[in-house]
Amino acid sequence: MPRLLFILPLLLFGAIAAYFAVGLTKDPRLLPSALIDKPAPEFDLPPVHDGQEGFAKANLGGEVKLVNVFASWCVPCKVEHPVLMRFAETNDTPLYGINYKDKKTDAVAWLKQLGDPYKRIGQDLSGRVGIEWGVYGVPETYVVDREGRIRYRHVGPVLPDAMKEKILPLIEELKK
Amino acid sequence: MIAEIGHFALMLALVVALVQSILPMAGAARGNHSWMATAAPSAIVQFLCTAVAFGCLLYSFSVSDFTVINVAQNSNSLQPMIYKVSSTWGNHEGSMVLWVLILALFGGMVAMFGGNLPPTLKARTLSVQSMVAFGFLLFILATSNPFERLNPPPIDGRDLNPLLQDIGLALHPPMLYVGYVGFSISFSFAIAALIEGKVDAAWARWVRPWTLLAWIFLTAGILLGSWWAYYELGWGGWWYWDPVENASFMPWLVGTALLHSAIVVEKRDALKTWTILLAILTFSLSLIGTFLVRSGVLTSVHAFATDPERGVFILALLVIAIGGSLALYAWRAPALKGGGLFAPISREGSLILNNLLLTTACATVFIGTLYPLLLDAMTGDKISVGPPFFNATFVPLMIPLIIALGFGPMLSWKRSDLKGVVQRLQFALVVAAVVTAIAAYITWGRSIFGAIGLGLSGWLAASVLIEFGSRIGIGRASAGDVLRRAVGLPRAAWGMMLAHLGFAVLAAGATGASVWQDEAIQSIKPGDSITIANYEFTLRNVDNVRGPNYVAQRGVFTVKEDGTLVATLAPERRRYLVQGTDTTESAIYSNGIADLYAVLGEPQGQGRWIAKVYFKPLVPWIWLGGTIMVLGGIVSLTDRRLRVGAPTRKQAPTPASAPAPAE
Repeated sequence: MPRLLFILPLLLFGAIAAYFAVGLTKDPRLLPSALIDKPAPEFDLPPVHDGQEGFAKANLGGEVKLVNVFASWCVPCKVEHPVLMRFAETNDTPLYGINYKDKKTDAVAWLKQLGDPYKRIGQDLSGRVGIEWGVYGVPETYVVDREGRIRYRHVGPVLPDAMKEKILPLIEELKK
Repeated sequence: MIAEIGHFALMLALVVALVQSILPMAGAARGNHSWMATAAPSAIVQFLCTAVAFGCLLYSFSVSDFTVINVAQNSNSLQPMIYKVSSTWGNHEGSMVLWVLILALFGGMVAMFGGNLPPTLKARTLSVQSMVAFGFLLFILATSNPFERLNPPPIDGRDLNPLLQDIGLALHPPMLYVGYVGFSISFSFAIAALIEGKVDAAWARWVRPWTLLAWIFLTAGILLGSWWAYYELGWGGWWYWDPVENASFMPWLVGTALLHSAIVVEKRDALKTWTILLAILTFSLSLIGTFLVRSGVLTSVHAFATDPERGVFILALLVIAIGGSLALYAWRAPALKGGGLFAPISREGSLILNNLLLTTACATVFIGTLYPLLLDAMTGDKISVGPPFFNATFVPLMIPLIIALGFGPMLSWKRSDLKGVVQRLQFALVVAAVVTAIAAYITWGRSIFGAIGLGLSGWLAASVLIEFGSRIGIGRASAGDVLRRAVGLPRAAWGMMLAHLGFAVLAAGATGASVWQDEAIQSIKPGDSITIANYEFTLRNVDNVRGPNYVAQRGVFTVKEDGTLVATLAPERRRYLVQGTDTTESAIYSNGIADLYAVLGEPQGQGRWIAKVYFKPLVPWIWLGGTIMVLGGIVSLTDRRLRVGAPTRKQAPTPASAPAPAE
């Protein structure tokens, strides 16, 4: 029997282990955004609350802003919601919402039940704007700077740690 | 105090494991019997130490000692006692303690019951087992100490993940771990045999019961997990190809192959190097599974500890354990002498086919689980493959497996006559054709795969029964004789029949579940009905109910078929107060052939609710078939030749225990 055949399992495992090692250095939650440091895409969304204004690209820029993509059907959104509520109460940075593939009535009921931290909410019923922002799944949160450029993207619920360690320091820095 | 005792016991276990790794191994190499003799007592002491540590952790959880961080983070004083107990392993640290406990348990069992093993083999096996234990104990103490204290203690704990508060999941991890980690002993036996340079029928017979024991628990554990996912997650599926599920399924596939190839080593003294490789691979896949779940390399619905530092540690353990054993294999395996020759059409040949199909199936699962990771490492793209990949690769492999499984047990060792076997299986072919035709007729216009799948299951069940029937002489001997033969048949033959039959039933269930399910999702209010597959589900009312640590809304559905009441289903939406998480509790009515399944979804306002209802034909057969397989394993484990009769080396396998070849 050729000796190589007996060495083959070891070689295969070596390759797999090397991939594991590379894999360990990457955080699967850290999805890079093609839009980092680029201006936010064009969009103009209708409001969720009747009688209020919608959310469009024109609303970005001027000061640092936080944009959160959420939906009433999304469980992790419920998890991050208290964090966003606290942010809205304690921080003067405006928080904007994109309501992703959601029915208006559902979104309104959800916000009524849990509280509404958003200064403006645009309704993205078709998910079209989500595609342009590069949304993989809800929730996602973006930090947009004074020039209207996307500076940071957070995938998944914003938990208190992420808020404290990533988002708040970045906002402070961008405000300088 | 209790926590400190536990911590100390773990450290003690580490020291014992270190001694046990070195002394018996060195003794076996130098022929020093007193050194070798330390293996058994130290394996038992190591087990006792880990048992004390686990007991202390269990105690801390059961009395809700929130001064222990781990308890505070994963338990709550309001939880019912059973979930306080199951919280012990419902978290990363505790589950790792359970891991080493089982590792030590298997070492201890070999020490206790392995009296008939040659001293060198026993010393080396226990030594290898202990090396693995040493690595994992070090891992626990260095990165995941479950006994760390918290000061000041919180008033109450953070609660166990509500999804895990369920009876199925309380039992699932221990079962799964006994299986998964139990394969460590086959691994240790294989490494010891490589070091000794000797693999023979006696070796195979010593290894087989341990492998079988692990297999039984792994099968039961996977079944429980799947059952849990079915009724608790409320998505209506029973298998999701989730990375964590795959992590336990891969060792199962290769472990099943190992069980079969070990038979060839035992009976025919062939396939030795292959069997050794399978034993190494089975446990390696258990280790890789642990790595995948614990390191955060893959994100999954239920990977509950992700921490890169731990990942690096486990990866180092993997490289040492798997890399080391495969290097030993590359070095020593070529020297192992193969035994009996055989023709391609023979029992051996069919077992090789079984092995090839099972390992290929495992390879597809492996690729499907890791491909996203590999792609990310190479290109930076993030993707996930999901069920379509597995349906396209894994499922087609099961078709030849089922066809060949019908033939395999009918073939005789060495050389067999396929034509004769086909003739004797004519009736099974007829059964397959009839089942296919009936299924196609009933479900005309729907997927043809369902009919084919059921036909295959019919083929397998019929050929298993024909083989068993011919063995006990049905149609040739008198009823009394048949009964006597059936009673006198080796338990292993009964076990094989049951396990293969169970697989046929499971395959039928899986077919039904994937092809003929009917479902509807609608927004309804009390009084409204949804009708699927002749069943009319009516939402009667939605009430608020209160549990010990949750509040829930319970919807009551009545299900009618042709106007007569069939079942009342009461699914719930629970909100667990401490973590503020929602779970769905589906309600299922099963008549043994089909399930009716209802889930209460999100409230829609104005008294409307999202309701999901399913009609799931044959799904109960999945659990039924799996249970029969487990039963087959248990029956086989009680086989006389595994229980008694210390096999001695060089002695030929007793003819009485060899299944009678086809006549």
